Amino acid sequence: MARVAILNYIKRSSPVHELTGTTKLIFFIAWSVTSMVTFDTRVLLCMLVIGAVIFRISRIRISDISVVLGLAAVFLLLNNLFIYLFTPEYGVELYESRTLLFSIVGRYTVTAQQLFYHLNITLKVICVVPIALLFIACTDPSEFAASLSRIGVSYRTGYAVSLALRYTPDVQREYRNISQAQQARGIDLSGKDKLFTRLKNSVAILLPLIMSSLNRIETVSNAMELRGFGKEKKRTWYAQRGMKRSDWLTIAFAAAILTVGLTVTFWDGSRYYNPFLQ
Amino acid sequence: MKKLSVKSVVAIGIGAALFFVLGKVAIPSPVPNTNISLQYAVEAVFATLFGPIVGAFIGFIGHTLIDATSYGPWWSWIIASAFVGLVIGFVTMKLNVEEGIDSKKLIHFNVAQVIAHVLAWGLVAPVLDILIYAEPIEKLFAQGLMAAVANIITTGVVGTLLLLGYAKTVVKKGSLEKED
Repeated sequence: MARVAILNYIKRSSPVHELTGTTKLIFFIAWSVTSMVTFDTRVLLCMLVIGAVIFRISRIRISDISVVLGLAAVFLLLNNLFIYLFTPEYGVELYESRTLLFSIVGRYTVTAQQLFYHLNITLKVICVVPIALLFIACTDPSEFAASLSRIGVSYRTGYAVSLALRYTPDVQREYRNISQAQQARGIDLSGKDKLFTRLKNSVAILLPLIMSSLNRIETVSNAMELRGFGKEKKRTWYAQRGMKRSDWLTIAFAAAILTVGLTVTFWDGSRYYNPFLQ
Repeated sequence: MKKLSVKSVVAIGIGAALFFVLGKVAIPSPVPNTNISLQYAVEAVFATLFGPIVGAFIGFIGHTLIDATSYGPWWSWIIASAFVGLVIGFVTMKLNVEEGIDSKKLIHFNVAQVIAHVLAWGLVAPVLDILIYAEPIEKLFAQGLMAAVANIITTGVVGTLLLLGYAKTVVKKGSLEKED
């Protein structure tokens, strides 16, 4: 298996790291809801600036996340390209006006409205990326389950999430071992074989992986059962931290972003900000 | 809501870890810049073995982890992934793969996965994309169709082979015969 770009928790000391997982989770949810709902360029631009400031404060370096940023850029580029290829005049429909800049060939015209639509859809994704990355990079995984249960998710679900995080490296190692063992036996997954052969070959890796995972499920659930998991209605978390003043301030800030963002967006009764009809 | 059993909790956790790892493994597909997503085959097998709730959570947590570690969560597709697990788990609820497997059960499993993928990528994902990102319908349905076909093929081939392999390892009821 090639080295995969998996973003991890990066331990540093910064005001963002100091916040409890619960605060960061609430902030992240409020932030993604706002960016999903709004199509208002002004709100999105403000969020972009705020996101950049928070990123500065967090002391996470661009080089820590450059691979991830590259992936996001490719994803955005492809998405925009597809939208344009399928509907080159979608913006005209959406913003109910047409300002032709120039045309390329046939139905592929370039209008100001289409460009504005692309700007908005790109901003919507770009806004979330830094906050999502920060959330992953600044939250201790073992604290995450505690934060989930703090905001009302049942602790069983929270525990399932923390099990997923705990066993990811193990599953990864096992995948690599099995895949190398099978490669030694001549089973190839790279592009050289036919598609169907490749699919069949992947079973040779997946089946042992699933069998060992089922065994692991057996072992872990027996161990948890023996320790009385699920007996009580509530449980406490070793990694849980108390809320400080900065946590409450951040939550208030998140609530402010959500309310202000949505109020500004829906002020004129539509989620789109339309500069063309003024 | 019924409480999750300890085994379900662990199955969700380890299933989601599998989904996550497989989603990050790149196996090249014939279409440039796309990869074969083996994770849906595994999700389908887990949904068949452990039921709809486990299937749905595996899709949701696993896909969120994949997205969050690459370019920020794309919620509409995450929910569609959860939906796949939910539907497959629901349709195959009475299948009892643990008691052995025959061609009828395999067809049942494949019908379930086809329904699940068509609904998830042809309906749930595009509709949510329209609501959240207001993307053009034509692009979304073309994209959804491509995803559905690719996932149906991988889940159909890999998932079926995995179930067969699994059933072989389980000791069947009444497999011991009395000697004369």
